[in-house]
Amino acid sequence: MEATEIKYQKYLAKDYKSENAVRWCPGCGDYAILTCLHKALAELNVDPHNTAVISGIGCSSRLPYYMNTYGFHSIHGRAAAIATGVKVANPALSVWVATGDGDSLAIGGNHFIHAVRRNVDINIILFNNKIYGLTKGQYSPTSSRGFVSKSSPYGTVEDPFRPAELTFGARGTFFARAIDVDMKTQVEVMVEAARHKGASVVEVLQNCVIFNDGIHNKISDRTWKADNTITLRQGEKMLFGKENEKGLVLEGWNLKAVTIGEEGYSLDDVLVHDATTKDNTLHMKLALMDIADDLPVALGVIRSVDTPSYDSDYERQIAEVQQRTPKKSFTEFLLSSSNVWEVK
Amino acid sequence: MPTNAVVTDIKQVTIRFSGDSGDGMQLSGTLFSTLSAIFGNEIATFPDFPAEIRAPQGSLHGVSGFQVRIGAKDVYNSGDKTDVLVAMNPAALKVNASYLKKGSIVLFDTDSFQKKDLDKALFQTQDPFEELNLDHIQPVGVAITSMTKSSLEGSGLENKEMLRCKNMFALGIVCWLFNRPLEIADKLLEQKFAKRPKIVIANIKALTDGYNYGNNIHLTASTYRIEPVEATKGFYTDVNGNTATAYGLIAAAEKAGLQLFLGSYPITPATDILQELAKRKDFGVKALQMEDEIAGITSSIGAAFAGCLAATSTSGPGLALKSEALGLAVMTELPLVVIDVQRSGPSTGMPTKSEQTDLNQALYGRNGESPLVVMAAASPTDCFESAFTAAKIALEHMTPVILLSDGYIANGSSAWKIPEMEQYPEINPPYVQKQFNGDAGEWKPFLRNDDTLVRYWGIPGTPNYMHRIGGLEKDLVTGVISSNPENHQRMINIRQQKIDNIARFIPEQQVLGDPDADTLIVGWGGTQGHLMETLLRLRDNGKKVAYTHFRHISPLPANSHELLQRYSKVIVAEQNNGQFADYLNGKYPDLNSICKYNKVEGQPFKVSELVEAFTQMMEGK
Repeated sequence: MEATEIKYQKYLAKDYKSENAVRWCPGCGDYAILTCLHKALAELNVDPHNTAVISGIGCSSRLPYYMNTYGFHSIHGRAAAIATGVKVANPALSVWVATGDGDSLAIGGNHFIHAVRRNVDINIILFNNKIYGLTKGQYSPTSSRGFVSKSSPYGTVEDPFRPAELTFGARGTFFARAIDVDMKTQVEVMVEAARHKGASVVEVLQNCVIFNDGIHNKISDRTWKADNTITLRQGEKMLFGKENEKGLVLEGWNLKAVTIGEEGYSLDDVLVHDATTKDNTLHMKLALMDIADDLPVALGVIRSVDTPSYDSDYERQIAEVQQRTPKKSFTEFLLSSSNVWEVK
Repeated sequence: MPTNAVVTDIKQVTIRFSGDSGDGMQLSGTLFSTLSAIFGNEIATFPDFPAEIRAPQGSLHGVSGFQVRIGAKDVYNSGDKTDVLVAMNPAALKVNASYLKKGSIVLFDTDSFQKKDLDKALFQTQDPFEELNLDHIQPVGVAITSMTKSSLEGSGLENKEMLRCKNMFALGIVCWLFNRPLEIADKLLEQKFAKRPKIVIANIKALTDGYNYGNNIHLTASTYRIEPVEATKGFYTDVNGNTATAYGLIAAAEKAGLQLFLGSYPITPATDILQELAKRKDFGVKALQMEDEIAGITSSIGAAFAGCLAATSTSGPGLALKSEALGLAVMTELPLVVIDVQRSGPSTGMPTKSEQTDLNQALYGRNGESPLVVMAAASPTDCFESAFTAAKIALEHMTPVILLSDGYIANGSSAWKIPEMEQYPEINPPYVQKQFNGDAGEWKPFLRNDDTLVRYWGIPGTPNYMHRIGGLEKDLVTGVISSNPENHQRMINIRQQKIDNIARFIPEQQVLGDPDADTLIVGWGGTQGHLMETLLRLRDNGKKVAYTHFRHISPLPANSHELLQRYSKVIVAEQNNGQFADYLNGKYPDLNSICKYNKVEGQPFKVSELVEAFTQMMEGK
């Protein structure tokens, strides 16, 4: 007989909130992300003192100051490496990284891909506003080609990173996406990210009200959201549209958005989402869907695969070595090593 | 074949094994130094290898050497010049020709001194000894290659594997020369190749046959007998500086009751520290090979935040990459040990050669007013003491500590009395919950001990002490970010004062030699062995001279100023262009006694040169 799990809600969202006054610009998407993190932690019910939030530099990286947890506002780009040290040092902690597109995909690109590759059990919330906000409006590594900014007055002549593609290229085991204004999905994917053992990347499409206002409007605005986004759920049909009248089907090697009952497509043709397949081909296709290609932008947990995390494997290796080696003090260890001689 | 070398003084002998990178010279040298140490001699070694892993065979830049000095006592360094050179090919002879003492023996492999070998080493004639004007040495030619092959006939080894044993044949001859018991060498080989019994048998056979060959031809044996030392009683092992550094950290973690964490990235000549600690999972050590130098230090900063004894190991170019993160450790006041095994610079420089050119970088290489602790290890075994002390200071004073080692002491080894850890001091980090008894009360993350100015360590996982730290300036009292001008000035002063206060917790600077001399020799770091012997030689020459060697550079020991003031001439000798001398002049501008002795060749000091230069300086020339 299975034991019934009794859920005991020890903490509320406000218990994760620090006393510090929040200092983002009025209307900034970061407020919503902060609130969602408070809610997600409350749902996870993890002790605030067993939670560590690590950040780099940038607007997003101010987040730890607003958390009543252990927090570390570090230096530009290094949050993933610092978080790796924190998690490996104490795997019992719930470790979060608050970072931005400049912080993690430009100056901290190397740490980002390696933390993902290593599969350290940390939860990376990637605030993607496609701009450098704190330095007042330069293009970022996620800005589209041709983007005009203070440092690209004639438009950029470079292609952007797509965070999902980079994550999968680094063999990421968890990738989810949400929009800042969609708090329900955000909380859901943050909770899923925390439950996933390994490096989890949550891309939040976030609005910079000052330097890049409306950059995500085509997907975040009510007018277009239903038709231009799809929220993927494990085991469910890939349906979208105001009345769920549209679906995704596979045509040849490519995804196609169709309307059920039109062009001979029925509900049976619509794909069912499985985030847990080891092969990431379809996850990649889903994650890269773009309204420019007449495909909705995918939200929700796109990929979530269980493989051993770096920190748990590290602990296991230590336990194995210690089990087969009798415990010694440092002096005993030296005395038992080779090349020891005694002067009498 | 000359067999009658006349060697008069045999208190100490320096031997250099030299050949191609692939000739196994490092192994011959290590075995010889270890067995000499076990036999009871003092030893000092100097592995001198090229940056190339396998340069073209027989070429001049592919020569790899291992120098070992053995003696009854007072072996402070690996020696300037050699008494015996084992030259496996003409290139080895050419590269080492200027380091041969008068009357020294050159044991060479006649099989690899043929025309084509001489050509590879760019000799013009068929007589390399004459071409190099080596008329003052005694060449001993032995057909090492062919004798090794015939020795191993029927061993079942491939030709290539047989040839690989010629270093053991050569070692056998050297063991005969110096009267080393082969049983110790046999045991060491059994340990070394424990998983390959066939290789053990072949190596022991080649070694024994080499030894017997020396015996049969009566190779100048008795002249080289070196008596065992009367050392302090106890158990000994031999250790190089990098291993000793790793051990010092393990010992400190054990003392402090903390887990040891190392975040690192491979870099010559510091990699051995990462490798040694990666092995030590039996002690629960977490040694992470990170994606780059920056991740090496930042993962360690994360581990320090999370409550580990955290360290990172690197060399000069890596320290440069770690600068920004070091500033973060200064600003967040977290305990961190940074080991810089210095090598020749600037830039990539000469990676396998040793220097003391990173002192300025360690002291000043960060943005902002960024004081931290700088220490320097003096010898291979001192790396243990220094690493232990660095960890103790970092943990008890909540500060990053840079420990400078260098390629010479990192790879050099000497006999080491196994420490009894109960005689080492306790390490007591300022845990917040211990200080405040679990009552968070009015605690703030940058509240300090009134006396030491050290803040308390609130480790994630501890209930009630949740807090935020970061690289931004914070308010003196509340710890909340602040850009108040007066507050910033106060914080600048406090961070400096906290480091200055450490002078009260480190030993006073000691002086060796004649305390009432007019001249003081000053050294720091890995040059101690050479400066110590220089002191003895100068005093043998009738000079009155004193010597002091600094382990603590920032802060300096409390009595440093007073001590330096006592001498009318202070000779600061270092392997850079005067970085420590300038630092002392800056700290103590009233001193006008400092003279500099600087040499930056990527090679250890030579005692003979130091004696000559110091004598001239003392005589006012």
